Amino acid sequence: MVTRVAATISVQNLRKSYGSMVAVAGVSFEVEQGEFFGILGPNGAGKTTTLEMLEGLRKPDDGQLTVLGLPPWPRNPALLPRIGVQLQSTSFFERLTAREQIRTFASLYGISTRRADEMLGVVGLDDQAEKKAEQLSGGQSQRLSIACALVHDPELVFMDEPTGALDPQARRNLWDLLRQINADGRTVVLTTHHMDEAETLCDRVAIMDHGEILQLGAPAALVRELDTPVRISIESGQLTAASAQALSPVAEVGDDGVSLTIATRDPATVLAGLADHRALAGLRVQGANLEDVFLTLTGREYRA
Amino acid sequence: MTATTTSVPATTTSGSQHSLGPLRSLSRAMYLGFVRDRPALFFSLLMPILFLLLFGSIYKSSSAPRLTVVEVGQVSLLNQAQTAAPGQLGKVLKVTHSTDLAAALESVRKGTNDAVVQQLGHTVVVHYSIADQTAAGIVQAVFSSIVQQADAVAAGSKAAYQLTTQQVEDKSLKPIQYLAPGLLGWAIASGGAFGASITLVSWRQNKLLRRLRLAPINVGTVVLARVGVSLGVAIVQLAAFLAIATLPYFGLKLSASWWMAIPVVICGTLAFMAIGLLVGSFAKTQQAATAVANAIILPMAFLGGAFIPLDYAPAWIRDVSYAMPLRYLVVGMQNVMARGEGPASALPAIGILLGLAAVLTVISVRVFRWDAV
Repeated sequence: MVTRVAATISVQNLRKSYGSMVAVAGVSFEVEQGEFFGILGPNGAGKTTTLEMLEGLRKPDDGQLTVLGLPPWPRNPALLPRIGVQLQSTSFFERLTAREQIRTFASLYGISTRRADEMLGVVGLDDQAEKKAEQLSGGQSQRLSIACALVHDPELVFMDEPTGALDPQARRNLWDLLRQINADGRTVVLTTHHMDEAETLCDRVAIMDHGEILQLGAPAALVRELDTPVRISIESGQLTAASAQALSPVAEVGDDGVSLTIATRDPATVLAGLADHRALAGLRVQGANLEDVFLTLTGREYRA
Repeated sequence: MTATTTSVPATTTSGSQHSLGPLRSLSRAMYLGFVRDRPALFFSLLMPILFLLLFGSIYKSSSAPRLTVVEVGQVSLLNQAQTAAPGQLGKVLKVTHSTDLAAALESVRKGTNDAVVQQLGHTVVVHYSIADQTAAGIVQAVFSSIVQQADAVAAGSKAAYQLTTQQVEDKSLKPIQYLAPGLLGWAIASGGAFGASITLVSWRQNKLLRRLRLAPINVGTVVLARVGVSLGVAIVQLAAFLAIATLPYFGLKLSASWWMAIPVVICGTLAFMAIGLLVGSFAKTQQAATAVANAIILPMAFLGGAFIPLDYAPAWIRDVSYAMPLRYLVVGMQNVMARGEGPASALPAIGILLGLAAVLTVISVRVFRWDAV
């Protein structure tokens, strides 16, 4: 293995309680330089508290924590210019235009207005520069808030649920931007509860619940570890359930009148059999995804 | 307000953090946020000015009441006085004629007219009601003056008719002299308290406060920018009030050391911003901050001499007013702007307002919260 300097983020046994409520109960992980790291978990899992401790906004009760080799608490002005934070809600100055917002934030870091205006172009807000922040759409204001977090060219970027309330188009548009930020060489740490988002963006994810990390690894590896059957479905009426069952005796077969579904760990045999029967109309093959991993780990019951 | 910086651990900072850049751009951001906020502009600048125009006009007319006098029959002395000094008497008296004494007297009883005057030979009879003591006093003064002047002429003296109408009313402050400092004091108190509390609460709510904490700037820079903008607004309020109150129509005559009102306004702004800071440290929502700031400022406006001049207020209000920070702002301005007292007369007010600002800021820093949670 290649020897390397300290990880971009190093967390050892991090703990934080609010009164009797334990928010983070001993969390350890490392984030490498240039990595896209996701923290997943249901509401109240401790993601945001973990992120806030990494950003230096909260003091850990216990544990070791370094960010870019420095302790983030107490507030460390030497560290602040090297990190960019995009907050969960969009935090802007009231009644200022997009251009005025980013220029103001730029000046806090001693960054020129030229660079601020360029950044507006990077996130595709050139046309909206004279609009007040309050008048921007959800996706636009999220992109402005990312631009404000990146204006000082930080090495490490934190994002707390960046695509929270966006429509599918805006989310995909934002994903492209986030990928580009990461491709530029920045380390990105993101919290989310959208599994598809984590699966498409993150190099590695940590799945948290009740203040602990339950699983940590690359999304694809986590899904593989889950070892769930593949669900193959075709239009009903092409094949009887009995014939389907005959293709794979250990598979679970069901027919709801719309689709015939076969859940199997041996998809190759089943697919070949369906082809032999010329019963491939409406074929869908679904493997497990990160959401299955997540729900298996955190349970399916609803939590407000 | 500089004490706020103590809430952040002492840190070594690079030179750029003390540059003018962040301070200037934050001030600009807050200034733009303020001038684009129509309701805030209305409540802090326009409404106090409208109040000044309104109350200034109302009390202006009632302050120099023209007395209505009914002349029954011929009163030669009155006619002589009018011809001798045309226009002079008209400033004080509005004379109507009648032949019906009973009806004229009835109109005085009802308060429609202030007096009835008759001349019986060499005797001038003035009928007046003491229901309005001010009017009664002026009526007596005016007519005794007319009679005395006429006597002097009859006795061969050269003295021309002269009515010195000022004597009756000039002992107290004219309405504009207490209205202008009073309403201005209220405007500055509201501006300071609301500006500080709403900014703090809304920035905490939308997490801008947290975003600023993540930037490599001093908290002092943020506070300084906010204070600077509020002071600027207060100075504009002062200028607007002085410009309007000194119009000939309202007739405020600034006394020599009026410029001492500027430091009083600055210290008053600091004191009321400190009150707002304390409110904002406790309040969780903007609505709560507005309600609490209103609950503090509005009663204070009535009890601290802003709406009710302390000279005419009941004794208990005058006693209570000493506990009202607004009193020192209003009286401090009044002394140097209207009463013609020296520059030093504002110093106690300045001291008390600064002391209050310091104490409240220290308390606010102790209870300060970055986040709503």
